[in-house]
Amino acid sequence: MAQASQLNWAAIDADPRFQRLHAQKLAFLMGLMIFSIVYYFLLPIGAAYFTDLFKKQIFGPVNFGLLFALSEFIVAWGIAFYYAVKAKDFDEMAKELVREAEKIGRK
Amino acid sequence: MNMRNKLILAAMALVLPVISMPVLAQGAVADKWKWVSFSVFAAIIGVTMFVTYVAAKRVKSASDFYTAGGGVSGLQNGWAIAGDYLSAASFLGIAGLISIWGYDGFMYSVGWLVAYITVLLVIAEPCRNIGKYTLADILAYRNDPKKVRIVGAISVITVSTFYLTAQMVGGGVLVKTLIGIDYEISVIAVGILMLAYVLFGGMVATTWVQIIKAVLLVTASIVLVILVWSQYGFFGDFLNNVINDPKVQARVAQILGDKAANLSPTELGRIFLEPVLLFKSPIDQISLGMALVFGTAGLPHILMRFFTVPTAQEARKSVIWAMAIIGGFYVLTLFLGMGAAMKVGAPAIMGVDPGGNMAAPLLAQALGGGGDTLLGNFMLAFVAAVAFATIVAVVAGLVLAAASAMAHDLYVGVIRQEHVTSDEQVKAARIATVIVGAMAIAIGIAAKGQNVAHLVALAFAVASSANFPCVLLTLYWKKCNTGGIMAGMVIGTISAIALVLVSPNMTYPKAVKAAAQKVVDGEAAKRTALDADIASGDAAKAEKATKAKGALDKAVAKAKGDLEKFKDTNTSMMGLEEPLFPLKNPGLISIPLGFLAVFLGSLLYRDKRAEDMWDELYVRQNTGILAAKATAH
Repeated sequence: MAQASQLNWAAIDADPRFQRLHAQKLAFLMGLMIFSIVYYFLLPIGAAYFTDLFKKQIFGPVNFGLLFALSEFIVAWGIAFYYAVKAKDFDEMAKELVREAEKIGRK
Repeated sequence: MNMRNKLILAAMALVLPVISMPVLAQGAVADKWKWVSFSVFAAIIGVTMFVTYVAAKRVKSASDFYTAGGGVSGLQNGWAIAGDYLSAASFLGIAGLISIWGYDGFMYSVGWLVAYITVLLVIAEPCRNIGKYTLADILAYRNDPKKVRIVGAISVITVSTFYLTAQMVGGGVLVKTLIGIDYEISVIAVGILMLAYVLFGGMVATTWVQIIKAVLLVTASIVLVILVWSQYGFFGDFLNNVINDPKVQARVAQILGDKAANLSPTELGRIFLEPVLLFKSPIDQISLGMALVFGTAGLPHILMRFFTVPTAQEARKSVIWAMAIIGGFYVLTLFLGMGAAMKVGAPAIMGVDPGGNMAAPLLAQALGGGGDTLLGNFMLAFVAAVAFATIVAVVAGLVLAAASAMAHDLYVGVIRQEHVTSDEQVKAARIATVIVGAMAIAIGIAAKGQNVAHLVALAFAVASSANFPCVLLTLYWKKCNTGGIMAGMVIGTISAIALVLVSPNMTYPKAVKAAAQKVVDGEAAKRTALDADIASGDAAKAEKATKAKGALDKAVAKAKGDLEKFKDTNTSMMGLEEPLFPLKNPGLISIPLGFLAVFLGSLLYRDKRAEDMWDELYVRQNTGILAAKATAH
């Protein structure tokens, strides 16, 4: 295997396939990250400032706050699952670059 | 028999008598049933020691010691992360909070899971792709290695020491409360066990101890929750039972005080499932949430786990498994906590430990048939042993993280400038382990009786304000450089610690004395009322009053003690009469400060090499080109 210093990293970076991977991945990660942070902080903010909504009975003994807290778990798992699926595409894109790294990055 | 085996046997020989010696002190387990506790403890210690013995044979190189040779699978690592992360605070503490405060305790648990989204999306895979053994390895990739290793190692040791102290003290108290072993002896027992795992088995043994602990923890929780459901019904029925439970209603009435007068019992029960019984300061909750969500990704003992898997894909898989296990566990905790609120009741739980840490163990005892039955005591002993394993597993991970910073970053990287043989590296790692382990035991004993709960929050605060901005920006921002890392680490750490030192977490004698004076002043009136109840002839009322009188005696004795203790002081450790900073959690201020420091430091410092190396780092962190292969040895 080649050493890090033997590869022309700038060339790999400039490769359109890497640029495409980088752009798609970064946009995807930022979007998901912002969504997850906003959704999480809705819980303490809601519990403190929208207490009446959180106390509202939805069905039987279950109130809105309880459902919302439980939804945090579902959403967290959902994000993890969605990312795992999407990351497979990124893996595919990266695989090609890894395979051809020595060719693209030959000094 | 070689030297190493002899040493492992010696460690076992030291620990077993300590935990199996007959003790007179009181614990949650009655003396008659202590043998059950000790048998379960001995079984768990025996199994983990056997694992260490096997692992010790596999640890030959520095890579074996720090990262188990990178040969851990995603599934195994997921369980190990759960074992590393679910400390006694989250296992016992959150169940306790829910049993005493209801909804707010459950809300608190959410942040501990959401934290892993940050780890999953932006930290785990890039770190696997470019890292080697430690957090500072990532920082050193395109920066001045010497400088960033020094600040990185200091920050890692700081965070780990805070966390370690909280675990050692919490663990000592826990073992003492559960089975009555002296505090000092339990701290030493935890310390020796953890040292044996790490010293001989390195990351291989630590990983397996964490996996075993996580499996035990999850199994115990599932069994308890099934028993709770069988008595109180599943979801809807369960919640109806919570609302209609007299113990729950009495607890809410107690919290609300005068405000409860006009509420019906059902209304009181409902309030237990609604927010704001516990958390009065929403800004503080948001600040804590920030520290959790960003701090977990900066915890060195968690980051280190990602170097144990062979590829970024396995790192991803391990976080997803960890999220499933950790999240599932917190959902179960809701039922454990509420179950304990009904089956045991808040007064009994707080009677053993005011913080509620005994909720899960007492629930186990009650579900098994109570304190006079073999099954009840077996279940209590089992949960107690799981709690003990929990502490040992978390402590082992922390010691390994701190020792790696000391040996790999400071000694090998800075002092020896990487000119070391493989054998020397392993030796350095083992010496550092002994130093950190001995330090942990010493601090644990020295901090006896101190309130250490805020130290975990402090560890998260430093991790989120110093480690997280530095790691994130060196991975994703081209202009980040040595100057930014140094500024971020120093300012992030100092601002987090300084804000805590002037926060309400510290003890302010004036406030303590005022509260104590109030208790003393109100004593006479309360006593008269209770005496009247006792004399009233109503047996139930009299019994209740007698109990309340005992509690009153205790409160008065404590208040008098406080008045005496702070007789000559009016100011906190920092010389303040009252807090300068209103929040208990500094994250809201210190996290932005940490980021700002990295930005400004990088822009002022200018470093061509860091920018030249950017392509290499960025391509590698995204693609995994040249990532260390598994089983490289």
